[in-house]
Amino acid sequence: MNAPVKIETTLKDWETDQEVRWCPGCGDYAILKAVQRTLPQLGCDPSKTVFISGIGCSSRFPYYMETYGFHTIHGRAPAVATGVKLANPDLDVWLVTGDGDGLSIGGNHMMHVLRRNVNMQIMLFNNEIYGLTKGQSSPTSRVGTKSPSTPIGSYDRPVNPCAFALGAGARFIGRGFDVSKNLPDVLKASHAHQGAAFIEIFQNCIVYNKDVFNDFAAPKGAGDRQLWLEHGEPMLFGDPKTGMDKGIALDRDALALKVVEVVDGDWEAAGVLVHDATNRSVCHMLIEMPFGPFPMALGVLYDDPRETFEIAVIEERAKSSAGKEANLAKLLAKGQTWTVEADEGHPTD
Amino acid sequence: MATQTADKPATDLAPEAVVVRFAGDSGDGMQLTGGQFTLSTALAGNDLATFPDFPAEIRAPQGTLFGVSAFQINFGSREINTAGDAPDVLVAMNPAALKVNLDALKPGGLVIIDTGEFTKRNLDKARYDVSPLDDDTLAKWEVLAFDISALTIEAVKPFGLGNKDALRSKNMWTLGLALWMFDRDRAPIEEWLKSKFKNKPDIADANIAALNAGHAYGETAELTGPLKQVHVDPVASKPGLYRTINGAEAISLGLVAGAQLAELPMFFGGYPITPASAILHHLARLKEFGVTTFQAEDEIAAICAAIGASYAGQLGVTSSSGPGIALKTEAMGLAIMTELPLVIVNSQRGGPSTGLPTKTEQSDLYQAVYGRNGDAPMPVVSCSSPGDAFECAIEACRIATQYMTPVMLLTDGYIANASEPWPVPDPSTFKPFPAKFMEGKGADEELLPYKRDAKGARPWIKPGTPDLMHRIGGIEKQVDTGHIDYAPDNHQTMTNARVNKVLGVDVPDQGVSLGETSGKLAVVGWGSTFGPIRRAVDNARNKGLDVSHIHVRHIWPLPKNLGELLHSYDHVLVPEMNTGQFKTVLRDQFLVDAQPLTKTSGQPFAIAELEEAIGKFFDGVPGNEGGQVEVNETQLPSPELDA
Repeated sequence: MNAPVKIETTLKDWETDQEVRWCPGCGDYAILKAVQRTLPQLGCDPSKTVFISGIGCSSRFPYYMETYGFHTIHGRAPAVATGVKLANPDLDVWLVTGDGDGLSIGGNHMMHVLRRNVNMQIMLFNNEIYGLTKGQSSPTSRVGTKSPSTPIGSYDRPVNPCAFALGAGARFIGRGFDVSKNLPDVLKASHAHQGAAFIEIFQNCIVYNKDVFNDFAAPKGAGDRQLWLEHGEPMLFGDPKTGMDKGIALDRDALALKVVEVVDGDWEAAGVLVHDATNRSVCHMLIEMPFGPFPMALGVLYDDPRETFEIAVIEERAKSSAGKEANLAKLLAKGQTWTVEADEGHPTD
Repeated sequence: MATQTADKPATDLAPEAVVVRFAGDSGDGMQLTGGQFTLSTALAGNDLATFPDFPAEIRAPQGTLFGVSAFQINFGSREINTAGDAPDVLVAMNPAALKVNLDALKPGGLVIIDTGEFTKRNLDKARYDVSPLDDDTLAKWEVLAFDISALTIEAVKPFGLGNKDALRSKNMWTLGLALWMFDRDRAPIEEWLKSKFKNKPDIADANIAALNAGHAYGETAELTGPLKQVHVDPVASKPGLYRTINGAEAISLGLVAGAQLAELPMFFGGYPITPASAILHHLARLKEFGVTTFQAEDEIAAICAAIGASYAGQLGVTSSSGPGIALKTEAMGLAIMTELPLVIVNSQRGGPSTGLPTKTEQSDLYQAVYGRNGDAPMPVVSCSSPGDAFECAIEACRIATQYMTPVMLLTDGYIANASEPWPVPDPSTFKPFPAKFMEGKGADEELLPYKRDAKGARPWIKPGTPDLMHRIGGIEKQVDTGHIDYAPDNHQTMTNARVNKVLGVDVPDQGVSLGETSGKLAVVGWGSTFGPIRRAVDNARNKGLDVSHIHVRHIWPLPKNLGELLHSYDHVLVPEMNTGQFKTVLRDQFLVDAQPLTKTSGQPFAIAELEEAIGKFFDGVPGNEGGQVEVNETQLPSPELDA
């Protein structure tokens, strides 16, 4: 693999001439802009960038990116992307999927792309609903979600996307939401991570599941409801105007997290944890923190790279080919052969 | 395959062809015995065909009827087309193997029995109330019954193995006897054993001792029993270098050759399934040829990863069997819509659903030609023998890359597992078909990823190429630009373009495999029925019947002259191992009165079944007396033929 060459581009270079066809006010617009704003900052080359998606509202994303793009079939984008990455590891691959595409019909492929650690950025737009098929409940819908397929409320338990990813063996877990100003930072961190980087992006479906994330995403009171994690920094939250006066600490008896008050900024005295993005156990607890008593954990929750799949495949291929000659004639004549002589038609050894 | 030689009278001591079936418990190593006997047969210069027939269970309970594993080989001094209808010699390693296989044995044939396994317990498991050795069950046949187990234990005694380990050499003892019977050289088998047990020289020596003991037993037994040494002369073959090959190996080699001719690295996405897995196993060991193998999480991921690799500029290949092919169907549609090259190998097996995983059938033809949502045309190529599979794999790679289309390559369980002698081809004689990629465009030129060339193919554009960024996907494409377009006229135009591209694939004209280009009857086959049809038509022609054999490789699109060719015969008979699928396609495409001959027993056609069917077209014709043979009870009725 070659080290990527940084390219000078502007936001405009990443926009296509195609008319964007999401509903007016859809959170997808904000995510699209965040991505188009971030890629020039990273020095990415549009001709070496590939956006690969499945089916659903989120999966229209590649049509709006002036890069290579492949709008595949429902749930299968991780598999297509794996083939792309194995065929050409130098390509910068971004996967775009949704809660239905990535966790329901494509849940199996999501699990395997994560456990194999194929080097790509996986953006899962979670709107907790099937939008493109007109509003059925999805695998992340909260119990009681009223939808055309669940008229008196859904009754199956939702999956937690980040917990799923962590369980599948993901080495990078990020979380953000569509209109957050911090989303580009999460995208940048995911891009810097070598390996499968899973990013859950809460996305507001204004038609079928409007404002379902407002309890933590609404600007008003956001400081008390959002915990933005940064590696090496204390886990503090609260209204920035009045000082970050709350923190996350470990209840050692219960082996669980707890919210503590921080007095006069002395977070150490309050026992507030310093975020270690390589600590898988704490990451798990942050993902599972019930919203309400706790804030929503956002940012880079986990980032602990290890060898990527395509490197392992390249190494295996080299090992398996070592000392072998790619001679087709010899290959065809391999094994025990015998020669039939021209004169008498009797074979000899 | 060997060239045809004139018939000559067969005698007991120098027959033209002999059929031997080795049968035992699935743990007895019968497939290994058969495989090594095949190698020895090939080295002796005989033409041959084999039929391994084993249970779906890996280790079925010992001694049971459903745990019987058999390997049949037909070899001779003339061209051999099939594994043979009925064995001349049956080796039965236990009561269950005897029970399952005895009926197939030719009357008067020889059955060799290991009496050491004829215990009360094993007889019970085989549902014999009385030992067949003690009543008249075996009256029709010559019997050579003796304690192979005890003789093997005796032979390997010097190596200090326990009884259980010693008995594992029983198959080599039996092979030794078989090698003596057919006057074969033991040296290549000894070499093979030494190399197989390189790190366990004791085991190698024990097996060689067993092999030699079996051989020596033959020499001694000849003096007293029904055993005679038989010598089968070598077949007159075309001069050249030969090896044996089975279908799975041939397809793997053909794919490697095809990728080289296209000048592309190959990406193979597979998922374990019987009988297709062998291709994944072969290719996994050929990485030095620029092959990447990827064992995916499921069949869908296997094809999708192959599509991804093709999109990125490699030759994507995937392989499976019926149920797995069904799972891949949606992705095939994506490859058709995005017009990317892809080779899909379908090793057909008995269906529907899980069906008969280890038995053969040709029942996925509709699935291959028609089995997708939407108007989704795809070229289909079918292999007729292990050797032919090599060429067909290259042909599939050629069509896929030259026409930017997925191609289905049909083989079946019989071809995948069967071996035949193969004249080793010289790669310098292959015609290359290098793939072309679009490298750039003029500064003011509009990028048109769906602009077609004269063949109807769109350009192949690798991601990573500067200035050619574009988007593809499963939604209908606009003519030329490839943008999303739902307009009625556009869909009509694009549907036509996809259909016409595939119909325009340059398929060679159909020839006649044996016989004339017109006449009373054409027997039209495809796939692995080649051998039995060839032999049956040859036999009928030798009786003076006006019958010809046509074997179709290109199932879709069909050869352009095929309709005219079929109409030049009075009758068309289509034997196939399904309920009449190719017959329907021929009727539809050419309005020809194709008559079906169908069989879905999981077993290949017997020559006699085909001779019977051919004979019906010649009732009252002199020379056809032999056409009226008894029909095998496994033959499904063909109502349309009988009506």
